[in-house]
Amino acid sequence: MTRLSRALRAVALATSLAGLPALAPSASAADETGAQAPKQYFPLATFRVGAYASSGIPSWAGIIDYLRYLNEVEGGINGVKLFWDECETEWAVEKGVECYERQKGGREGSPVPVFLPHGDPVSKALTEKSVADKIPLLTTGYGRTEAIDGRVFPYSFTVLFSFWSEASSVVNYIAEQVGGKDKLKGVKIATVYHDSPYGKETQVPLDLLAKTYGFENIQIAVPHPGNDQSAQWARIRQIKPDWVFLRGWGVMTPVAIKTAAKTGFPVDRIIGGIWSGSEEDVRPAGSVGKGYLAITPFPAGQDFEITKKIKAAIVDQGKSDLKDLKSFGSVYYNSGLIETIIAVEAIRTAQARFGKRPLNGEETQWGLEHLVLDEARLKQIGADGLVQPLRLSAKDHEGGGAGKVLQWDGAKWTIVSNGWVKSDRELLLPVIYERAAAYAKEKGITPRSDDTAEASAQ
Amino acid sequence: MSFFLETLAGGLLAGVMYALVAIGFVLIYKASGVFNFAQGAMVLCAALTFVTLTERDVPFWLAGLITLAVMVTLAVAVERVVLRPLVNRSQITLFMATLGLSYVIEGASQVLMGASVHELDLGISDLPVEIGPIQLSSFDLVAALAAGALVIALALFFERTRIGVSLRAVADDPQAALSIGIRLPVLWAAVWAVAGFVALVAGLLWGARQGVQFSLTFVVLKALPVLIIGGFTSITGAIVGGLIVGAADALAEIYLGPLLGGSVSTWFAYALAVAFLLVRPAGLFGERAIERV
Repeated sequence: MTRLSRALRAVALATSLAGLPALAPSASAADETGAQAPKQYFPLATFRVGAYASSGIPSWAGIIDYLRYLNEVEGGINGVKLFWDECETEWAVEKGVECYERQKGGREGSPVPVFLPHGDPVSKALTEKSVADKIPLLTTGYGRTEAIDGRVFPYSFTVLFSFWSEASSVVNYIAEQVGGKDKLKGVKIATVYHDSPYGKETQVPLDLLAKTYGFENIQIAVPHPGNDQSAQWARIRQIKPDWVFLRGWGVMTPVAIKTAAKTGFPVDRIIGGIWSGSEEDVRPAGSVGKGYLAITPFPAGQDFEITKKIKAAIVDQGKSDLKDLKSFGSVYYNSGLIETIIAVEAIRTAQARFGKRPLNGEETQWGLEHLVLDEARLKQIGADGLVQPLRLSAKDHEGGGAGKVLQWDGAKWTIVSNGWVKSDRELLLPVIYERAAAYAKEKGITPRSDDTAEASAQ
Repeated sequence: MSFFLETLAGGLLAGVMYALVAIGFVLIYKASGVFNFAQGAMVLCAALTFVTLTERDVPFWLAGLITLAVMVTLAVAVERVVLRPLVNRSQITLFMATLGLSYVIEGASQVLMGASVHELDLGISDLPVEIGPIQLSSFDLVAALAAGALVIALALFFERTRIGVSLRAVADDPQAALSIGIRLPVLWAAVWAVAGFVALVAGLLWGARQGVQFSLTFVVLKALPVLIIGGFTSITGAIVGGLIVGAADALAEIYLGPLLGGSVSTWFAYALAVAFLLVRPAGLFGERAIERV
């Protein structure tokens, strides 16, 4: 065997080991806080390699930069500093579950306050485990919609903007454009969706909304990964919808935009969903992406007070986790920032009740169910405009249910909606509660009453 | 009728894009009997190298030449480090080696050139073109022309060059070819280099279509039924297989999908491939294996 051959085999072995979920904590697990004071562990299940790394990398930077900002500028959460480690999932369900198992026991004496699964399939796979382990799953902009009913799903938090709210807000935005909900009658809305449980998640609410408002609801599936969509867009050309609601993931979105352009469908009549609305989704489409719309709970931008503070204290000091600083303030960067703000505020809420110390999952779950992020608090944090006002409870693990509509100008996103576009939660929630009750019946779960939810963790 | 024709034409053009990837598999299989699982990773590596260079203001033509040099170097390295030590091993051993190789190439490409998504603009317009009653993509038409040119170039390479004739000799009868002094290591390196060139062409066209990103490796998923239908040993088979898969996929998606309530193109091409396997195991243009027992 030649020396070169031995070297290559060593590389192959290293590559195969790298594919395993974090056999050891990553280098970023380093304690950045000093040894003495009690510290709060904040586990991160990340995907820095593999097919979806490009969307993950800016998100972790948003999370880590905010944690660093808290430690260095604000002295942690009420004096309790944070530390974290990473476990590589490659966005695969089995590795995500394995990371959860490795991290759930906590580190250095600190329990796990909250777990961010970062993937719709893995969040569903962890639903029951998280209840057994009493660790809340925080899923912002993804996750099981029925988990809005915390009486049935006490440890799943589909915070901010569920897929049902996403669909409803898109319909409401279209209603604004056509002159009101009463003008929706006869409007053709085609949903081009990723053919997966995530993609199909909006079919029920769109059926309900179509019956309520009288628009024509057309559903067109795109098989994974979606790198050829000529047949789907030929159908669009035949049907001639007024609007397309694009619910993609990964490569599906830029291919959809390019195929739409080459079939002559106007790109400014396509509204991307949460996971079709990042810079990484539109840049590969090139100049034809100009005018494309997307709805998001993670508005892009660097002009929010908190992003300015992070820029001054972390990014400009060369301490950012971002290697490519052009992603600062991007949709994915801000998504990491927003979910960490929510997690940190839940810990802060729980600390007010349980003490200023590292908290466990059960205590943080109480904090989440009593989280109030009103305009005043968001202003204090510097996140007004970035995070929508939220009020969570055992009956409502979503809290917000609104998104902003962005438009791609060829180089960056511009917010084009008039503030947050709200969903018809009053119409959707009864159906969501019905489905949660059906899930409870199927699984033999006795739903908590609102009172027991209030008393939990006491 | 015009909608049917338009769907059919769109499918055929998409099929040409699948055929481009399938040709890379055929080249290596013809020369060494190895199903090269790393072909998708080579497509990614080529496109990522090219776009990394052009983003650093390297001229288009120079980026192409440097990328080609990288792919040839990779081919020589693969021959020296992976194939030569495994000579005379079973085909499944060589297949497993290419499986490992795909992870090494993908991982190394991401480590060296990053995991970001890149736009690749080849300067080819991608606007709709009306041809009679049907509308087609100008980009897809250019891609079809590129595939046609590639097939002609490969045909000339195999017919007119010494290496090409040697490759055909090895493909026909490896023992006889070796006995008359044909050097297998040189041929393997050459054919991997040509497969690298094909990966570069496929990577540029697919990269311009969907952006240069990790999911370029997924295009091989559609190349597999193309190979089964066309045969593993025929470039003509790869083109015909690609056209059949592209057209069948598009028509099934339009006319069968709504009846079944979802997307069918994930599995339809494979179902078609299984049907071909039952009737014609070597594919339409593949060589039938006849063994004396």
